[in-house]
Amino acid sequence: MSRPEHIAPPELFYGETEAKKYTGNSRIAAIQAEMTLRAVELLNLEEDGPYYLLDIGCGSGLSGEILDEDGHIWAGMDIAPSMLDIAAEKDVEGDLFLQDIGQGMGFRPGTFDGAISVSVLQWLCNADKAENKPRYRLQQFFSTLFMSLQRGARAVFQFYPENDSQVDMIMGIAMKCGFTGGLVVDYPNSKKARKFYLCLFAGQTAPGQKQELPRGLDSIDQRNDSVAYTDARIQNQRRGKKTRKPVKDTASWILHKKELSRKRGKEGIPLDSKYTGRKRKPRF
Amino acid sequence: MRLITHNMLKCHVKNCTDPDKQFPLRFKDVQLEQIEADRNDEFLVRMLPRIDWAALLKTAKELNIELPDKVPESPADDGEFLSTLHTVILETHVKDGSMVCDGCGHEYKITNGIPNMLLAEHEI
Ligand SMILES: C[S@@+](CC[C@H](N)C(=O)[O-])C[C@H]1O[C@@H](n2cnc3c(N)ncnc32)[C@H](O)[C@@H]1O
Ligand SMILES: [Zn+2]
Repeated sequence: MSRPEHIAPPELFYGETEAKKYTGNSRIAAIQAEMTLRAVELLNLEEDGPYYLLDIGCGSGLSGEILDEDGHIWAGMDIAPSMLDIAAEKDVEGDLFLQDIGQGMGFRPGTFDGAISVSVLQWLCNADKAENKPRYRLQQFFSTLFMSLQRGARAVFQFYPENDSQVDMIMGIAMKCGFTGGLVVDYPNSKKARKFYLCLFAGQTAPGQKQELPRGLDSIDQRNDSVAYTDARIQNQRRGKKTRKPVKDTASWILHKKELSRKRGKEGIPLDSKYTGRKRKPRF
Repeated sequence: MRLITHNMLKCHVKNCTDPDKQFPLRFKDVQLEQIEADRNDEFLVRMLPRIDWAALLKTAKELNIELPDKVPESPADDGEFLSTLHTVILETHVKDGSMVCDGCGHEYKITNGIPNMLLAEHEI
């Protein structure tokens, strides 16, 4: 199985064709939605939102759409123009930036209440160009991210680590940049359902108050259809072999789905044109 | 890009560190669009301390947008102020044009609402 990040640099891998294929695949959309919900849950935000969040490697907006559903205000950045074009076309609410996270970011200190990143971080560990030094890039990224977060805020990364030493490298650099936290593993006993969330804390919420690393979900979930995105690609080619059951039944997911269908059922809003009814006008 | 996010953004070119020049980024030849959004007063009040008012004022002037010189004493009770603030920072989008850094001169192009923040090799 070859990993996408070994095939080509992200902005080329996610070219126009792949960006369309990726975004239009309902199976991928469901998996990204599920992982985004889990990442937001791990942010441990207080009830009374909305919050100002950052979506790192926002792509075509599959993760951002979930933030929109929750009413959060967000900014997202991605290195692939074709992915961003789709996000813009879909009218996601977030502010989009064409940006290489390995070059760091310039947000003022304490800008965001939290950051999520879904299926992105493994890309940053790759030396896909001669001038790309993963360690340096990770350092640029984590140090500027740390600055841009409110003290005590969290950054949660769902990602597909390649091996233990990659996890060690990422953690080591994040800690050097001031973060604490660690790796949360959901469904550790199921090879297919297993998911990795790097859960980082940008300091304490209050002095002397240590943040606890959340526990991973247990493997009580018997379904093993929740495959990693990397094999989802392969699965797609063998379509029809397996019918996909609904995504995992955590309370938040069900709630979310209920709300979605209620919204859509009641108001008859089509899936991707939620906001086309809004008033827009040019301003001079 | 909404003006709230522009207010958070400084130049991130490596040796561009003069705090008085790298922020706020100056808009050039921009086209704006107003897009309606739900207003949430608690969010606005919570974000106020994070907003650099002087910078927002400067940007608003450039764009011919009216904004009070000062944040009122108790903004939470000032519906008119919150309404203006909402319109300016959450409903005003920059569609096209660019943002220029007065420190290093880097010009960040904005196309289809998306600023290009990519840096050249010598800027990282
Ligand atoms: C699997 S997609 C995930 C997109 C989105 N988060 C989602 O859940 O659908 C991975 C994304 O990471 C982006 N990416 C990879 N390397 C990046 C980098 N150095 N800077 C910014 N984005 C990057 C890719 O362009 C791609 O859009
Ligand atoms: Zn500059």
